[in-house]
Amino acid sequence: MSDVLLSVEGLTRRFDVSKPWLNRVIEREERQFLTANADVSFEIRKGETFALVGESGSGKSTIAKMIVGLLEPSGGVIRFDGEEMDFNSGAAMRQLRRRFQMIFQDPFASLNPRWRVGDIIAEPIHTFGLLKGAEVTREVGRLLDLVGLSAADAEKFPHEFSGGQRQRIAIARALSSKPEFIVCDEPTSALDVSVQAQILNLMRDLQDEFGLTYLLISHDLSVVRHMAKRIGVLYLGRLVEIADAKRLFVEPQHPYTRMLLDAVPDLALSGRRRTPVTGEIPNPINPPPGCAFHPRCPHVMPVCRARVPALSETATGHGACHLLTGDAD
Amino acid sequence: MAGPLLSVRDLVVEFPTRRGVLRALDKVSFDIAEGEVLGMVGESGAGKSLTGAAIIGLLEPPGRVASGEIWLRGTRIDNLPREKMRRIRGRRIGMVFQDPLTSLNPLYTVAQQLIETIRTHMDVSEKEARARAVALLDRVGIPAAARRIDDYPHHFSGGMRQRVVIALALAAEPELVIADEPTTALDVSVQAQIIDVLKEICAERGASVMLITHDMGVIAETADRVAVLYAGRLAEIGPVRDVIQSAEHPYTSGLMGSIPTLTQVADRLTQIPGSMPRLNAIPQGCAFNPRCTQALERCKVERPELIAREGGRQVACWLYDKQVQNV
Repeated sequence: MSDVLLSVEGLTRRFDVSKPWLNRVIEREERQFLTANADVSFEIRKGETFALVGESGSGKSTIAKMIVGLLEPSGGVIRFDGEEMDFNSGAAMRQLRRRFQMIFQDPFASLNPRWRVGDIIAEPIHTFGLLKGAEVTREVGRLLDLVGLSAADAEKFPHEFSGGQRQRIAIARALSSKPEFIVCDEPTSALDVSVQAQILNLMRDLQDEFGLTYLLISHDLSVVRHMAKRIGVLYLGRLVEIADAKRLFVEPQHPYTRMLLDAVPDLALSGRRRTPVTGEIPNPINPPPGCAFHPRCPHVMPVCRARVPALSETATGHGACHLLTGDAD
Repeated sequence: MAGPLLSVRDLVVEFPTRRGVLRALDKVSFDIAEGEVLGMVGESGAGKSLTGAAIIGLLEPPGRVASGEIWLRGTRIDNLPREKMRRIRGRRIGMVFQDPLTSLNPLYTVAQQLIETIRTHMDVSEKEARARAVALLDRVGIPAAARRIDDYPHHFSGGMRQRVVIALALAAEPELVIADEPTTALDVSVQAQIIDVLKEICAERGASVMLITHDMGVIAETADRVAVLYAGRLAEIGPVRDVIQSAEHPYTSGLMGSIPTLTQVADRLTQIPGSMPRLNAIPQGCAFNPRCTQALERCKVERPELIAREGGRQVACWLYDKQVQNV
C-alpha cells in the first residue's frame, strides 16, 4: 500500500547489562544482554493513530525512542515515507527529523525550566530555519493559541503552569516544525483524568485539523481504545497481537490480550464474568524459552515452551500464538 | 446496632504558611460502617491522602487538625497523646501506602519486619509470631512463603512487595485499613490481583477499608460507598453504583464523563473546563462554581452543605436544595 507513512521491520534492540570487565573476569561471568525489543514489525498509515500497549518492561518506550532516532536499533529497518532511516548519516536524519516530533510523558521533565515558554516552542523553528525575526514570535503566539493558551504566555517560565498546561506547551513545541508524524509516549499518564480528557480532545482536534499521524504509546487500555484506530499489544519486547481497535476489544485473539482486558476495572459495573489474572511479567534478562507468555498462559501447550510463535494472520489482524496457527504438537 | 466504626465530623486540616493559612480540608464529614469499604476519590491536591493521614495522626507538620472530631468506635482519637495514638496505629488501624518500596525497610528481612510488628502489638512468642507471619504471607498469595519470608524486600517484585505490605498492615488484625493508592505504582494485571487480595482478606477478617485512589475503576470494583473530594471538600458521597451510574454533583458527572471506557466509544470525552483551584485561591461559595456549567447566582456566594438524597446519598450542591426546587 502506498499510504504507509512509517513501517518497522524486524526491529530489535539489545542493551548490554553486563557487569564491568574486571568483575566479569574475576567472577567468571558471561556478558549479559537485555533484549528490550525483538523482531517487532508494524506499519502506520497516513492520518491514523496507531497505539502500542503493554505493561512496564514490555519495550514500548524503547520502540518510540528508536523511531524518533534517539536510540539506534540493534537490528531491523525503520522506513519513514518509503525512505530507510540511516542512523549514521547526520544530514539525512536531520532532514527526516523535521517531519516527526515527540511528546513525552512527564511535562515537568521535558521542558527546560530556565527557558521561557516562547523560546522552548521556537527552538525547532530555529533549528530547522523555518522562519526568521518577528515571524517567529507571531508563529509562537499562533501555536499557543492553537493549544488553548494565550500568546502572552510566551514570556512565562514552565513552573508557572500546571501539569496539563505544560503538556499543552509540549504539544505546541511538537507542532512548531510542522511535522506529519508525532510519537506520543504516555502523553497523559502523569495527568488527572479531567485534565487527561482535555489533552486527548486537543490531540484529536489537532489531528483532524492538520492530518497528523500519531504513534500513541500507553499502558492504559481505555485511553488507547478511545484514541487509536489500530493497536499493537506488546509483551516482553515482542508484538503478540495487532488488530483493529474496534475488534481487539470485542474479539481478542491472543491469551495475553484477553488477560489484559480482563484486568481492566469495570466501570460500567456490568458484572461481566472474568478470569482472574495470575502471575507477573518475567525478568527480561532471562526470559522464559519459547513463547514468553507461556508461564502465565491458561492454554499452554508443549510447543509453547519450545518455539517462539511467529506473527500470523488472524480474523482481526495479526497474532503471535501457537493456538492461532493450530500447530499443537 | 452500634454506631459506625469510624466517624469523621467537620474535619478541618490547615497548613499555616508565611502567606497565610491554607485550608487543605474544609469540614469533611463521613462515616465508615463495620466491614464496609469506603472509596475516597479526587484529583491530585483534592485532599484524599490528607484525610487518611489525619485519621491516623500522621499529618506532616506544619499541617494540623484545626477543628473537627475523629471517632473510632466511640473513642475520640484526634486529640490523643502521641504514645496512645501510636498504640492505635498499626494495632487498630492498619495502613497500606502507594509505593511498596518505601514502606518496607530495605535493611531488614520481611520476617524481621513482620515479626516486629506482630510482637509490638500482640503478646506472643517469637516462634508464634513467625508462624503467624508465614500464614499471613501465604494468605496474601506469596508462593513458598515459609522460605521467602527470610528474603529482603528487594528480592520481591513490585506486586509481591505490595502483598508483603498488605500482610504487614493486617498483621495485628486491625479494625480499619487505610489503603492510600495501593495499586497506583503497579501494572494493570498486577493491580487486579492486589485489589482482589485486599478485598478478600479484609472481608474475611471483618476489617473496614478506606480506599484512597484517583482511579474510579478501582473504586467501582472494590468499594461499597464512595466519597468524592474536590478542593478539600466533599462533593458527593453515596453507594458506588448510584454515584458512578447517575452522579448528581456536576463535578462528579463531569469527572465520570471524562474517563474513557472500553465499552462506550464517544468521539470526544466530556471536558470540565479549567482545573482545580489552588488552596490559596479557592473561590467564594461553592469551590466548583467557576467551572460548573449549571452554576446559579447562589453558588457564587454561599457554600452548599451536604444535602441528603435518596438511598443514603449526600450531595453538596445547591441544585438539590429543596427550597430552590419548590420555587
